Amino acid sequence: MATLDSKTPKGPIADKWTNHKNKINLVNPANKRLIDVIVVGTGLAGGSAAATLAELGYNVKAFCFQDSPRRAHSIAAQGGINAAKNYQGDGDSTYRLFYDTVKGGDYRSREANVYRLAEVSANIIDQCVAQGVPFARDYGGLLDNRSFGGVLVSRTFYAKGQTGQQLLLGAYSAMNRQIGRGKIKMYNRHEMLDVVVVDGKARGIIARNLVTGEIERHSAHAVVLGTGGYGNVFFLSTNAMGSNVTAAWKAHKKGAYFANPCYTQIHPTCIPVSGDHQSKLTLMSESLRNDGRIWVPKKMEDVKAIREGNLKPTQIAEEDRDYYLERRYPAFGNLVPRDVASRAAKERCDAGFGVNATGEAVYLDFASAIQRYGKEQATIKGLNVNDAALVKKLGQEVVKNKYGNLFQMYEKIVDEDPYETPMMIYPAVHYTMGGVWVDYNLMTTVPGLYAIGEANFSDHGANRLGASALMQGLADGYFVLPYTIGDYLADDIRTGPISTETPEFDEAEKNVRATIDKFVNNNGTKSVDYFHKRLGKIMWNKVGMSRNEQGLKEAIEEISALRAEFYSDVRVPGGANEYNEELAKAGRVADFLELGELFAKDALNRTESCGGHFREESVELDGPQKGEALRNDKEFAYVSAWEYKGEPKDAVLHKEELEFNDIELKQRSYK
Amino acid sequence: MNLTLKIWRQKNASDKGKMVDYKINDVSPDMSFLEMLDVLNTQLIESGDEPVAFDHDCREGICGMCSLYINGEAHGPDRGVTTCQLHMRKFKDGDTIYIEPFRAKAFPVIKDLVVDRSSFDRIQHAGGFISVNTSGNTQDANAIPINKENADKAFDAATCIGCGACVATCKNSSAMLYVSAKVSQFALLPQGQVEATDRVLNMVKQMDEEGFGNCTNTGACEVECPKGISLENIARMNTEFLKASLKG
Repeated sequence: MATLDSKTPKGPIADKWTNHKNKINLVNPANKRLIDVIVVGTGLAGGSAAATLAELGYNVKAFCFQDSPRRAHSIAAQGGINAAKNYQGDGDSTYRLFYDTVKGGDYRSREANVYRLAEVSANIIDQCVAQGVPFARDYGGLLDNRSFGGVLVSRTFYAKGQTGQQLLLGAYSAMNRQIGRGKIKMYNRHEMLDVVVVDGKARGIIARNLVTGEIERHSAHAVVLGTGGYGNVFFLSTNAMGSNVTAAWKAHKKGAYFANPCYTQIHPTCIPVSGDHQSKLTLMSESLRNDGRIWVPKKMEDVKAIREGNLKPTQIAEEDRDYYLERRYPAFGNLVPRDVASRAAKERCDAGFGVNATGEAVYLDFASAIQRYGKEQATIKGLNVNDAALVKKLGQEVVKNKYGNLFQMYEKIVDEDPYETPMMIYPAVHYTMGGVWVDYNLMTTVPGLYAIGEANFSDHGANRLGASALMQGLADGYFVLPYTIGDYLADDIRTGPISTETPEFDEAEKNVRATIDKFVNNNGTKSVDYFHKRLGKIMWNKVGMSRNEQGLKEAIEEISALRAEFYSDVRVPGGANEYNEELAKAGRVADFLELGELFAKDALNRTESCGGHFREESVELDGPQKGEALRNDKEFAYVSAWEYKGEPKDAVLHKEELEFNDIELKQRSYK
Repeated sequence: MNLTLKIWRQKNASDKGKMVDYKINDVSPDMSFLEMLDVLNTQLIESGDEPVAFDHDCREGICGMCSLYINGEAHGPDRGVTTCQLHMRKFKDGDTIYIEPFRAKAFPVIKDLVVDRSSFDRIQHAGGFISVNTSGNTQDANAIPINKENADKAFDAATCIGCGACVATCKNSSAMLYVSAKVSQFALLPQGQVEATDRVLNMVKQMDEEGFGNCTNTGACEVECPKGISLENIARMNTEFLKASLKG
């Protein structure tokens, strides 16, 4: 087992990034014109990186599988983006954002990266406003903020419930400017199917044109992956249907270590599964927990009556309700971090108190908030605070102003009116903190291959705080990678164009074609989705919110067996040289079937509980924290980085020891 | 419920294409429209046929990838939603549903229900941006206060998801609502003023070159727009265009 070098610069944490920038190599503007960079993925990380690299003068080739870069899944982020601006004067600072993020991540992230993230966060807001991103503003015309879970300040900038959309459209517009100038060549509806490594350096990719089926070779001096997370290994998640691990996995197979695959964020407030036909899950923003109270009935007979349709939640008396988050965590109540809230919901449902037909749902109730706001409005307007109907009406108006679009989304999906009856919610897979291992420069273990945004592992540890994903994607793409990549490319100013007519490209293309040929000629009997759903069930039941040794061992065997069955029995209709979505899906699911096994192996190795990773064997046995997750800093304060060795079961573990010099390791307490 | 589907099948861009009938049974009212098509596709694959190709991705109404002209309406009979947010409870047992691609000269069919909307991207390349480089030295975000009403209106315009329902629904296949949404967003913000003249002229020029039709103010686009983009934006773009033309 080797120890990994993060290449973190020396010196005080607050000076590391500035000193590093001052010392690294630069490429002069004339030479940048001689250098090509491939960026795969056009979400917040990939889109902002492509635009910025092109502004600097590099020749950029950008790839996305969607029909336009604007559709990358960053677009679906709702709540907001954090930045240490301290516009509210409430004591926020770079240090506080850094501290909250490290603590929220349960002390499993790399300090220096997180500090840098906090440091550049303020620039992101300036940059986005300059691009014309319409953030919410107050009546004085200045930017508005709101609060998110796990923090004590108001540092979240937002654009209603569509913050991700507006930020992505900002990055997309910056890309469009460079596409118009010819500095970015955009490849829509293209999927990366391999990384090409020449003399130990990433020098290009093999991509499939999803419209014509053509296999293309693209060369460059460096390759950047901004290809997002792998939550769809669970089949059901809040990710888009096309979100996949393929680019990251192919990179892994070419030598990039894969870090902490088992760190997955299960978001507590999603719309529950309604049936086997379901294709994806929908998130309800964390902001709802500011005003919604989470509960299940106290009495089992009430649960039964609800499931049989003989009782409505609104008919259950206050004393017969179990507001379990308020009960268990009086200090933070309904605003505990995501991992804690999710596990608590599962605990109640496992005990039999789930409130829908599947037994996997809890209530998120706005009745108290409606009452509170209603009385407040009645008082302000000088109306009768004892008029129940009036108070309710006024309260509903306030709630509508705050969360109207979310309530409407809920009503469309569930066909119930959340103003009148509590929402039903259940945790769902949302984000993956694990990803491709990168050093401080965001370079993977393959020289010249970079990973940014959700695709890498570095900033969120074992649990991500709300409104931090957008911050990290844009920090990496706008402000970090464009500097650090120059340090590497400075050696390539005399290399000249990279040829695609080399044995390495031949070999990579041959392998891609062989896989495709196998799928289209397989003549099995089952659809790709059939296998994907089965993989998802194994992952959710045995590698989901709560994990134990026996279940993980079973999962590893079951996934391995399922993979064999997939290759012998999958049916991919249509041909290789045409638009063929089933073929694209088959390739993605094949990679999920390998990643899933490594994911379980990583979870098995980490016998502690931390953040989103909960091992049933590792809980506090007594004291005030009884039953809570028990971290083991002595043995596990490291990043697990896995090296590919043929089969997922043979992957070799490398450790990056995590050093905490600026923050003291503590048990997270939300009691 | 049991349904009859009449779906546009077209092998590729050069194929003539035709409507084909399918039967689908046991559809749950809780399914989304696209989940109903998933079920159909699984049936087709397992019986050895080719599935129906359609665009989709986020399935929560924000990415703008899904399309479909359902029973003669872009994104189907419900209002204020995309096709992926349309649920089968909007239909009745025994219904016949017609499913076609978004049709326009500037949106050529790629396969079945999938169309090529890259013309929309090219309009944005022509001017849908504010020219500001990334430097880390941009002026502070609060340096220029922006009147809340304008900020809110800019946001409302910016919520366009670029799905193309406005074009598909317009009898002239006009892209005015789409283009005006971006022109309006920047016209309402101080940051957008510097390039306002070139922006509107270049974007409109590109729109015309792509083969989109003219606007005759029927307002169908506003009705079918899943994000409720207002016709007011078209008026604002016309004002911007007139101002720019007089300057130019």
